[in-house]
Formats: sequence, structure tokens, C-alpha cells
Amino acid sequence: MNILVCMKQVPDTTEIKIDPVKNTLIREGVPSIVNPFDGYALEAAARIKDTNPDTKIVVLSMGPEQAKTALKECLSIAADQAYLVTDRAFGGSDTLATSYILSHSVKAIEEKEGHFDLIFCGKQAIDGDTAQVGPEIAEHLGYPQITYGLEAELEDDKIKVKKEVEEGIQIIKSSLPCVVTFTKPSWDPRYPTIKRKMAANRAEIPNITAKELQEIDLTCAGLKGSPTKVKKTFVPPRKSGGIKIEEETGAESARKLFSLMSDAGLV
Amino acid sequence: MEVKTKDLWVFIETKEDGSAKKVGLELLNPGKEMAKKQGGNLVALVIGNKVDAAVEAASCHGADKIIKVDAPEFKEYTTDAYTIALETLIKKYAPTSMLIGATNNGRDLGPRIACRLKTGLTADCTNLDIDEETGNVAWTRPAFGGNLMATIMCPEHRPQMGTVRPGVFKMLPAKEQKAEIITEKITIAKDAIRTQIVELIKEMDAESIDLEGAQVIVSGGRGVKGPEGFEPIKALAKTLGATVGASRAAVDSGWISHAHQVGQTGKTVGPKLYIACGISGAIQHLAGMSSSDCIIAINKDPDAPIFGVADYGIVGDLFEVLPVLTEEIRKAKA
Repeated sequence: MNILVCMKQVPDTTEIKIDPVKNTLIREGVPSIVNPFDGYALEAAARIKDTNPDTKIVVLSMGPEQAKTALKECLSIAADQAYLVTDRAFGGSDTLATSYILSHSVKAIEEKEGHFDLIFCGKQAIDGDTAQVGPEIAEHLGYPQITYGLEAELEDDKIKVKKEVEEGIQIIKSSLPCVVTFTKPSWDPRYPTIKRKMAANRAEIPNITAKELQEIDLTCAGLKGSPTKVKKTFVPPRKSGGIKIEEETGAESARKLFSLMSDAGLV
Repeated sequence: MEVKTKDLWVFIETKEDGSAKKVGLELLNPGKEMAKKQGGNLVALVIGNKVDAAVEAASCHGADKIIKVDAPEFKEYTTDAYTIALETLIKKYAPTSMLIGATNNGRDLGPRIACRLKTGLTADCTNLDIDEETGNVAWTRPAFGGNLMATIMCPEHRPQMGTVRPGVFKMLPAKEQKAEIITEKITIAKDAIRTQIVELIKEMDAESIDLEGAQVIVSGGRGVKGPEGFEPIKALAKTLGATVGASRAAVDSGWISHAHQVGQTGKTVGPKLYIACGISGAIQHLAGMSSSDCIIAINKDPDAPIFGVADYGIVGDLFEVLPVLTEEIRKAKA
């Protein structure tokens, strides 16, 4: 079994602060992390490897050179090999262009690592929050897709996924190859071991640039190849604390709240 | 893709019983205004099995025209069958814009069809407008966990597409009107559907955890102290007709399932009223709920960050406050 995990290095959005004067995001000094949902995808791959030891896990990221830190973290957790797609020509790509570049990268990596039976992605990245790159990779490759996966296991020549739906949990199967995107499962991903960490630090991570992607049409990549354009960004208006209620007893506070709610037409 | 019409399409997702999911009907409201500005019709695309109820609903909530695909192979949503249907119809009629509700299925289908058509898609929008200068749809959406809003346009590719968050728009009041109905037949080859739904394990009743579409949410966090601590929260939710939410702390402790989780690794919600009980207000949680119209926080700790975003903050014990509040509301409703 050969599994590719797609990973994005993202700013830890929980550490982002707002400049109170300029009303803009302060990105400096914000730590970069492995996108948590991609971490769940990696863990899902590792669990398949736990029961099928001859599984190989390759992790792929697109971004600047510094994304190798995140790739090394994936190597120290469970991945066997890592690749970074990086080229100035790819900068400013929207989801359609990103998934196009990644789908060509998958083909290029397959020449070295063999055919991938499964491609696992996080449901979405916590900076862009689009949840579009996974399904778009599937479409570019012509593979079936399963989104909102919680757990995945192999069953004969199929992948069986527990999928989160509005009504509860759906059990869904797909033929291989298949793209699965993962949301947060009920368990925590494993931690790196010291031994793996040391090996990951020494690991060579090859770069994949536009040159390596022979069949790519660069007019479909980067800012120019992106159908969507960001017109403007702005920080949403913040609330500045409201009415505090602190009566003698909880019951009195509750009654006061109720009367305020009634006045505001909330009940 | 070449545009043949100035029409705006709204995808009406259906349930297994053939009725419409709410968000599709909600989107007919902004769709009406946008279609008018674009100089075209508002078209509802209804796909499913035995969809008469959904067609009727789309008609009385504002659609000018309805394109209906009604066949057993569309009873359950599958990525492959629905993508083929959309591809066929969009290529045939070539609308200029399309709105899809950002449900789990909508966000599965949107990128798949946008990519097949090689067009742009904007995810999980919370505001829609038509840019006066260019006539393009201006899609506004939150990013960076709600810390930043971005307005996106798709100037050169058609149709311009977006998924739109449930509960953001209100349905137009129902009127008795007859939309023109076009019935389309789409044949799906058996082997074209590569996924197979084995089983659906329903968690309680479906509506009770529809957080994204909820108008009122009552959430519990670490302060509820255990699974039984959710009882007063559920009681208040029942009285208010609200959905029960939870913070990551409560979910990670195993007190309630992840389907209830609000926040960065859970659902992003925007109800009219959000009541946070025993939730300190970690930024991960705030990212998922701070766009609620009105926020009430109940917490013992006067310094809890949740009070920073709350319109009404009670410093107190939720186990004392909630039963009294529930009773007051029940009396008022009686």
C-alpha cells in the first residue's frame, strides 16, 4: 500500500493578534505549524500502516523552503519520505491552481515512489478554511473522493471510511485509487519518537519545481492561472464587551438576564 | 466557459424524503436580488428523488424557474452522480453564477464541479453582493479562523461559483406563485458512481445537531464538569428550540460527541443567539462563534475571555443560573 499525505504549513491562527491601531492582522512572530487537519490525515495513514506494515507513507507540501520544517515534523511522526513543491511561478495560486500543480506533482513523485493507492488530505487548512484543494486534486486526477473522513481502513481492495455527515456518521466505501479528506477524529494523533526525530532532522527533502513537472501548463498556475482574485481583505468589527450581570445569587442573575433578554426581544 | 444566459442558479440540496434542505431555500433570497442586478432569472436547480416538495418550496420561496432532476439514483448524495448532473446541466444552460449551500455535501460537490468546469469557487461565504463596476459577484468570506474577512471575485471564468454558509440569509416569505418547471433526465451509468454508502448511523435526531443552520445555540464547556452536566444545557436548549453545542474541552473529555463541537476544529456557527455555559472562550472557540448576532456567556471566572465577546455576561455558576433561566423562559412561553 502506497499512501500520499498532502500537508500545508500554516500560521497558528490561534496565535494571531489584531493590531488595534491599524486594524490589521499581525502575522510576525506567529509560529508556523502543521495544519491540524493534515495531522489527522497523517495519523489515519499511520493507522493503516499499523495494520499493514508494508505500507509506505509519502508526505507532500507546497510552499516556501521553510515548509520543510513542517515536512520534517511529519517525517518524525509517521512519514517515510517527504517532497516540497516550490517555485516562484506557483506563488499566489488559488485552490484550482494549487490543486492543479499538486496533481502534476503527484504524477512526478509517482515516477520515483510508485503509484499511490490513496491520497489523504486534511479537510481544510486553518488559514484559508476553503476545504477545496482535496476534492479538486481528486477531480484533476479523475479519482473518486470521500470528504469529512474520521477514520479509514482497508477492506479487500477498497477503502472504508467513517464520514461525518449532518445526520451522524456515514460508512462509505470507495474503489482505489481514492482521495480522502479528514476532519477531527475522536483520538489524538501520535507523537514523534526521539529516534524518528533525529532521523527526520537529517533527512534530505527533494524540491519539485516547475522544471520537474514536464506536462504542466504554467498559464494554469500561480496568481495569473487562478480564476479567483482577492479584491480586498479586512478585519471584521469586534465586539467590546457587553453588559455584566453579577447578582447575589445565580437565581437572581438568571432573572435579571431573562428580563434583559425579554427587553432585547431574544425570548 | 461561454455564457449563454445571465441567469443565476441556486442549488437546492434535497433530503432523502425529497424535501429541500433549508439553506437552498435561504439562498433564493440573496439570489433574487443578485439575479435582478445581473439582468437574468433566478433558477433553482433541484436534484433528488421524488422531489415535488422541494420543487414546490423553491417555487414559493422565490425561484423564477426550476430545473428538476428527479430519479432514484439521486436519492442519496454521491459526489460522482451529482457532479455529472451539474456538469451536464451547466454546460447545457450556461448560467453566469451559481450558489451552493455550504453543507457537508455542498462543500464536497462545489470544488468537484468547479474544478471540472475549470472555474473559480469561493468557499463558505457569509456575504454576497454584485460589484457595481464590473457586475461580478463579490463573495465575502471569513479566513484565518474568522480573524480576517476577504472579498473575492472571479472576473474571467464562468459560471462564478460560491458555497454559502447556512443560516446567514433568511428565506423569503412563502408566496403562492408558480415558477416555470423544466424537467431534465440525466442518465448515470452504474459504474460511474465509484463510492458506495454502506450505512448511515444517525446520531440522535438529525435536526438536533444542525449547528451551522441553527438560529439559537446553547453550548457547554469544561465548566459543565461531566456528561450529566449537559442536562441543564439540553433543558434550556429544548425550551428555546436550540441546538446543543460544545467546546473542544468538553468534546475531548468525552462528555459529548465531536458533532457538537463549535470552534476551529469543529463547526463554525453564526446563530442569532449563542449561549456559552462554562466556556472560558479560548481563541479556538471564539473563532467558531464570534460572528453570532448576540452572545450570552455564563461563567464562574470573571476574567474568562468569553466575556470579551459577550453582549450579556453572567458571572456565576451555570448550575444555579440555567434551571432558573429555563423556568423563566418556559413560563413566558406558556
